[in-house]
Amino acid sequence: MNLVAYSSTNPSMINMGKTLFEKIWEDHIVVEKKNNPSLIYIDRHLIHEVTSPQAFDGLRMNNRSVRRPDLTIATMDHNVPTNDRSLPILDQTSAIQIQTLEKNCKDFGIQLFDITSPNQGIVHVIGPQLGITLPGTTIVCGDSHTSTHGAFGTLSFGIGTSEVEHVLASQTLWLDKPKPFEIRVEGKRKNPHAVTAKDIILSIIKNIGTAGGTGTVIEYRGDGISDLSMEQRMTICNMSIEAGARAGLIAPDEKTFDYLRDRQYTPKNYESLVDYWKDHLKTDSDAKFEKNYTLHIDNIAPQVSWGTNPGMTCDVTESVPSPEDFSKGDHNQKKGAEKALEYMDLKPGVLITEIKIDRVFIGSCTNARLEDLIEASKIIKGQKVSPHVRAMVVPGSQMVKKQAEDLGIDKIFIDANFEWRESGCSMCLGMNPDILSPGERCASTSNRNFEGRQGTGGRTHLVSPVMAAAAAIEGRFVDVRKMDLN
Amino acid sequence: MQSFKKVKTVITPLDQVNVDTDQIVPKQFLKLVQKSGFGKFLFYDWRYDDQENLKSDFILNDEKYKNSKILVAGDNFGCGSSREHAVWALQDYGFSVIIAPSFADIFYSNCFKNGLLPIVLEEKIVEKLQRETGIIEIDLENQIIKTSSKEIPFDIDLHKKKILLEGLDDISQTLQYEKKISEFEKQSKTPSVL
Repeated sequence: MNLVAYSSTNPSMINMGKTLFEKIWEDHIVVEKKNNPSLIYIDRHLIHEVTSPQAFDGLRMNNRSVRRPDLTIATMDHNVPTNDRSLPILDQTSAIQIQTLEKNCKDFGIQLFDITSPNQGIVHVIGPQLGITLPGTTIVCGDSHTSTHGAFGTLSFGIGTSEVEHVLASQTLWLDKPKPFEIRVEGKRKNPHAVTAKDIILSIIKNIGTAGGTGTVIEYRGDGISDLSMEQRMTICNMSIEAGARAGLIAPDEKTFDYLRDRQYTPKNYESLVDYWKDHLKTDSDAKFEKNYTLHIDNIAPQVSWGTNPGMTCDVTESVPSPEDFSKGDHNQKKGAEKALEYMDLKPGVLITEIKIDRVFIGSCTNARLEDLIEASKIIKGQKVSPHVRAMVVPGSQMVKKQAEDLGIDKIFIDANFEWRESGCSMCLGMNPDILSPGERCASTSNRNFEGRQGTGGRTHLVSPVMAAAAAIEGRFVDVRKMDLN
Repeated sequence: MQSFKKVKTVITPLDQVNVDTDQIVPKQFLKLVQKSGFGKFLFYDWRYDDQENLKSDFILNDEKYKNSKILVAGDNFGCGSSREHAVWALQDYGFSVIIAPSFADIFYSNCFKNGLLPIVLEEKIVEKLQRETGIIEIDLENQIIKTSSKEIPFDIDLHKKKILLEGLDDISQTLQYEKKISEFEKQSKTPSVL
């Protein structure tokens, strides 16, 4: 029979290669129906205090239990204070939400890393650090930045509270299959200490737009990705959601396997899993992506956002664009840019390096890992924060904090007049007391520069940790490529 | 979940692209542990000044739109955070339908869990609808938007349509597949966390 040879016009007849995403998807199908969502099994469910209380209420109302507490892990990160942990939480509504999580975890038998635990931290920082995140698995959390875990070759994505309840009850989700999107990052950065993973992902979002990835799962590929450390890869995958994608992932390699070896929750049969992953978890050479985009990074510059979404970003050497130039003829985008410039109190033509700042925030699930703190500390060593700037470092987890303190990095920050805090989401979204005052301008290593995100009336500029550190010293944005970073 | 009924009101035009969930319900209101009462926080920073007075220049504060159940917005509505509070706030305020050229994935999925109907239409049609001042009818059963002068058809996935029309409880449906889920777990290679 040579049926296959004749059916080249019908791709469904050909035994075509598969993308990494498609392999993980197929490995997790519980129920598949034509033209309907598939029931997908969830290997790991991460929980935090903000998006879970209503889900547990739903379980109680319907007299349901948690199907797999052994696949569920909780921590508190979004509204925990980052000052002295021995003090009571002053904000009563925050305190209630935290107590509610404690009660829910106790009632339903879920392991919780609470505010006193050495494992507490931002959920997307602790998952990989503890070896809970594993290649080839599906991971969900009621938080859009769950895409972070994709750096380990997982299919991981944010869900709403109803879906949190659904996963608690059934360990599954009904999902429409997203489309695979290949983003290739090619070339070598000239100064990898100054031009970072943050600058790569901001460049991608600037180019494909904040809805460029809608309906897709991005697989990041190419030399520019395999060169990155695991922590840098997490920064890339973390902001996939800012490009509109449900998830981002990177095929696991030796760096991935080394990172996860001997962590607290690394499985006992790890090496045999690694053998299987090496064989299985890669996109086949003849696989087809629905969309493709390539970024060449040889000459990219440090990035600074000037507007109110992450796509409104430019090189540090450029000036704030006019709405006409930014929108390239799209009248809706032009209106959006006008509104953004008004909110940000910026005029077109102003050089980015002329923009003065009031605050610096080094933190968040995007950029608060050990390597981020080490790189930022190199910039500030022996210097002082500009007298007009208030700067803070919020490590991504208590473990990151301790590792940094063991290396003496806390002292470098404190000597430079940075505040050195306990871990949490903090000023990335300002649910705890760490917020901007109206009109304050912040160089932030977080992921969203939306209106009011860091505090009502606050103005956020997204940058890398080294750019934020340099801005803290100078009181305005500077091109870190001009600084001595070695 | 309540089943979706026909909606017949004026539309509220929100002429903006990239309306993110931080705008729909700002973070300071995410601390509540229940699902109800989020309507008063909808578009909080746009609706109120710093003295908590209604801003006269924001569209939702215009008396004309007081009883509107249909919000018509720009591209990429609901982008950003996964907070389902955004859907709860829109519904609690009184909206039953959101029309836009595109929606962010998580927001779109959250809508169907709560009986809120998101309709995707071409940008040109959305822009025309934003200028429509008369009563509009949304007929989900027949997938038609009726204005005084014309009928605009819209697409929706049949499965999602059924969920809305019948007000189906997702979880009880899923638990009928208990046997399949257990079978899957038996053959799964993934170890448990602890």
